[in-house]
Amino acid sequence: MLNFILSRILSAAIVVLGVSSLVFFLIHLVPGDPVEVMLGESAQPTDRTALRHALGLDQPVAVQLLDYFSGLLRFDLGTSLHTQRPIADLLLERLPATIELTIAALLIAVAIAFPLGVLSAVRKDSAWDHGARVVSLLGISIPHFWLGPLLILVFSLWLGWLPVSGREGMASLVLPALTLGTALAAILSRMVRATLLETLGEDYVRTARAKGLAEHAVILRHALCNALLPVITVLGLQLGALLGGAIVTEMVFSWPGLGQLTIEAIHRRDYPVVQACVLLISVTYVGVNTLTDLAYVWLDPRVRLQ
Amino acid sequence: MNRHLWFPSAILLLWLGMAIFGPLLDLRPDHIELARILVPPGPGAWLGYDDLGRPLLDRLVAGASTSFFVALWVVALSAVMGTFIGTIGAYAGGVWDHIIVRIIDIFLAFPGILLAIAMAGLMGPGIDNVIIALSTVGWVGFARLARAQVLSIKQRLHVEAATALGVRPPLIIVRHIIPLTLAPLIIEASFAVAGVVIAEAGLSFLGLGVQPPEASWGSTIRDGTRYMLVAPHMVLVPGIALMLVVLAVNLLGDHLRDRVDVRMRQAG
Repeated sequence: MLNFILSRILSAAIVVLGVSSLVFFLIHLVPGDPVEVMLGESAQPTDRTALRHALGLDQPVAVQLLDYFSGLLRFDLGTSLHTQRPIADLLLERLPATIELTIAALLIAVAIAFPLGVLSAVRKDSAWDHGARVVSLLGISIPHFWLGPLLILVFSLWLGWLPVSGREGMASLVLPALTLGTALAAILSRMVRATLLETLGEDYVRTARAKGLAEHAVILRHALCNALLPVITVLGLQLGALLGGAIVTEMVFSWPGLGQLTIEAIHRRDYPVVQACVLLISVTYVGVNTLTDLAYVWLDPRVRLQ
Repeated sequence: MNRHLWFPSAILLLWLGMAIFGPLLDLRPDHIELARILVPPGPGAWLGYDDLGRPLLDRLVAGASTSFFVALWVVALSAVMGTFIGTIGAYAGGVWDHIIVRIIDIFLAFPGILLAIAMAGLMGPGIDNVIIALSTVGWVGFARLARAQVLSIKQRLHVEAATALGVRPPLIIVRHIIPLTLAPLIIEASFAVAGVVIAEAGLSFLGLGVQPPEASWGSTIRDGTRYMLVAPHMVLVPGIALMLVVLAVNLLGDHLRDRVDVRMRQAG
């Protein structure tokens, strides 16, 4: 058990190290001279030298890499070229909005997926089941950047129920969270259906029915609880799609999170901020995945008691 | 043909037709008519006009070509690179496999299209950079799948027999292993097409894809979001096209997967 936890943490650490190195080298993708791209062609030579020095680009790559990692260890991510503020501060400002959006999307997805999945499994091959299948196929096929504008069109512009964009109060969270959560709800509901159908065929479910338990107790207590484990794994893996989708969703709704910061920084050519955003989002994802793995072990008594 | 397949097949044929024959038609996706700015669909206006007075039907066809060729290139490059890397790792085993698994893990740590967004953003917009960025992200899925397949296939007797007969590893891989991995890889490729179509449109939506005046469904949706109240057709037309293509690809992918599963069940 302890060995498993340690090995998971160790492999997460290796991945984080690899991710940080890859992010470091991203700046070298900028065609030509990144300093010139950032400042424009009309910049003064002294400004260029100053920026080159500020970014450490006048040092050998090995020294740059060492500086970068020692900075990371001290949570020093450098300064934004655009605002001249420490990048760590910028990230901390934007992080709560992204966490809020992601968790709300996750909750909406779970709230839609479980009833839908249970219904299609219990009433397999009924009109409900086929309807749920169609809905989930549509949910997977609608990209965030189209679903978002559609929801704005219907609920904000035509019906006037919810705000168009921004982050003020709970009402402004509804449409972004729904946009981000729909695809996950679609995937999750199919997963719930499939695993529930599997557990419903198990011996212990037959036993539960044989001893005269009410059908809802059989489904909720015996079948669904056992169907949860694979669903949780999928949930952890899908969180990546959620974090990735948050970038686009934040742009659609002008949601002031990390995704919006990333895209704004790209358009302003504030490359150190882009690097820091990509790093933070990826490391968060690795962290959540590792926690999911550990939670899986803890939740499964067969593994926990070994 | 299965009667459920006429719908996705028709959509995909239409998409393919627009992509291949679109350039041969007398289309004017860049032709601006100031008097027709934001004119909604109607008689003589087909699908309506966009915010610059360009015909949306023509831009839809030109956008189909963009999404189709990006999807084709990205899936082809990713499939070849991924299968190559995954197969080498699984067949060679040992340290090589270990390194390749670590690299795959590192690429998988970037959620969704984050890495593609960062790469496309840093390399600058343009269709070439979109293809490079999406292939850099796309090969991982193929590599993981190919590795898993090869790991099990290389244990089989016919591979052992070939090895015993002194066949060289490259030939074993190409003749005796790769053909058996093709079915799942083709299924992966069909779902990858859906992913790439969404990703290309997504990058264009974010302003990181093809450059104006070139047409992309994603950039038309982005331009349309500014005029939603007066001209919802600018968002609806490319969005419906995008969704139909993705839906059709997903339906076909599902169908392919079901067929392969049945064969596997019968064989087992």
